[in-house]
Amino acid sequence: MSGADLNIVNDTLVLPVPLPLDGGQALAGVEVAYQTCGTLNADKSNAVLLFHALTMDQHVVGTHPKTGKPGWWAKSVGPGKVIDTGRYFVICANVLGGCMGSTGPASLAPDGRPYAMRFPVITIRDMVRAQVALLDALGIGRVHAVIGGSMGGMQALSFAANWPERTRAALVIASTARHSAQNIAFHEVGRQAIMADPKWKGGDYGGKGPENGLAVARMAAHITYLSEEGMHEKFGRKLQDRSEKTFGFDADFQVESYLRHQGLSFTDRFDANSYLYITRAMDYFDLAEEHGGRLADAFAGTSVRYCLVSFDTDWLYPTSESRGIAHALNAAGAAVSFVELSAPFGHDSFLLDVPAQDRVIAGFLG
Amino acid sequence: MSAALRPDLATIAANVAPGARVLDVGCGDGTLMTVLRDSRQVDARGLELDQHNVAECVARGLSVIQGDADSDLAYYTDGGFDYAILSQTLQTTKRPDLVLDELLRVGLKAFVSFPNFAHWKVRANLLWNGRMPVTRLLPIAWYETPNIHHVTVRDFRELVAEKGYRVESEWFLSGDRQISPAAAAWRAEHAVFLLSR
Repeated sequence: MSGADLNIVNDTLVLPVPLPLDGGQALAGVEVAYQTCGTLNADKSNAVLLFHALTMDQHVVGTHPKTGKPGWWAKSVGPGKVIDTGRYFVICANVLGGCMGSTGPASLAPDGRPYAMRFPVITIRDMVRAQVALLDALGIGRVHAVIGGSMGGMQALSFAANWPERTRAALVIASTARHSAQNIAFHEVGRQAIMADPKWKGGDYGGKGPENGLAVARMAAHITYLSEEGMHEKFGRKLQDRSEKTFGFDADFQVESYLRHQGLSFTDRFDANSYLYITRAMDYFDLAEEHGGRLADAFAGTSVRYCLVSFDTDWLYPTSESRGIAHALNAAGAAVSFVELSAPFGHDSFLLDVPAQDRVIAGFLG
Repeated sequence: MSAALRPDLATIAANVAPGARVLDVGCGDGTLMTVLRDSRQVDARGLELDQHNVAECVARGLSVIQGDADSDLAYYTDGGFDYAILSQTLQTTKRPDLVLDELLRVGLKAFVSFPNFAHWKVRANLLWNGRMPVTRLLPIAWYETPNIHHVTVRDFRELVAEKGYRVESEWFLSGDRQISPAAAAWRAEHAVFLLSR
């Protein structure tokens, strides 16, 4: 499929006013890098705002400029696809704190040096606030739907709870309303791996920096994205390009080799400080806490239609998290759907081929 | 009303006030909800155990939550709906009596429909063959049926009276024909009750 059919536009917006942050500061000169595809209709009512997950970016479709691979949801977004760009104008922005063009710790501070660890700690709501500003700049009052998986789902929840007048519907896939102790623990392992790398230098590394630490962080996280069964099926105890164990610490097992590859290739496209800041934002996320401790209050009086999807093999954000959100929405009297789908791929199922998910998304979008 | 609609669903659909707020407990693939939404402008919500059915409902644009009538009604607020509907599901619940209480907590009124286990064909099957009946309405053998609490029209009336609920209306069906309450105990295949507190 050529880019012309999709009408892909990659652009960057500089916010005209400082962006207020939950931490109390305001960040001036924030840039929001974004991609759109499809065509915005005359009354600007057909926009769908997609939120990307932790390590993805605004390149939903088309060819990723760094990896040369297709965009992260090219399978589902396009003419005649589940999110039909013949009908919808699809927008996705790189999150605040990211490293694909939006302002983040690698961006230059007013003094001309990278922010690095001087970048303010941001929240999921701050990321969303930057994207609301993007909608303002595009002249879009209310989108048809917001959609996100994983961290993207957190943003979709935050958007719909805090700016309910800006969307008609919210689709939240494989996500959660708050990070659990286990979620925070895995992220902390990743952050400590980065910070323990001598090349991190307190964040002032410039250029590539703590590649080993970032690779280990990615390896640990990647395990949480797969199901045990999926891993067993894919790798089992199979050896990598050898017939016997070497009695050494090379990647004897295929699973080791796979994780090392995942870790290393990640460092080609991701900034270590961005990883610290974005995982921190996810750990701080607790939608109920933002609304006085009761999740249902986050949705009081909402007219947004919600749909929650979980996967039975996802142990990172298990079904109980989505069900809890559905119950809170119920208590708030919201129009809500919730379904747990069967898929063998663990947390990553939302990005992979799950036909039932396609039907749910298409039906929910209407 | 859709001609293809199951007779008990058609009866319920015809008696829900237009524009009402409805919770369909055990809503299946959303057939009744779709009819209520499209022909009676009802604000319909559903609760359904089976993931394939829920996915089908969402694909139809309905608001349906995957959950269990036995445990998940607890998450609905008191009187949040004008009607709670439980069609052909009562006999599959672990505690039909408690589910009935929950229906009349979340709904101001409740429609309950169930296959009558005292229908003459069922009685005949037991009496003459000494076998658990496998009929058109109860098509699954005893060892794999989801119907774990078979109930008769008389049983149900007694439970309702014991709970002190009111029967607002009742309908008895043989095939798609309505029959008189007098002969319902043995001639009704389906019973539909409209209850209130």
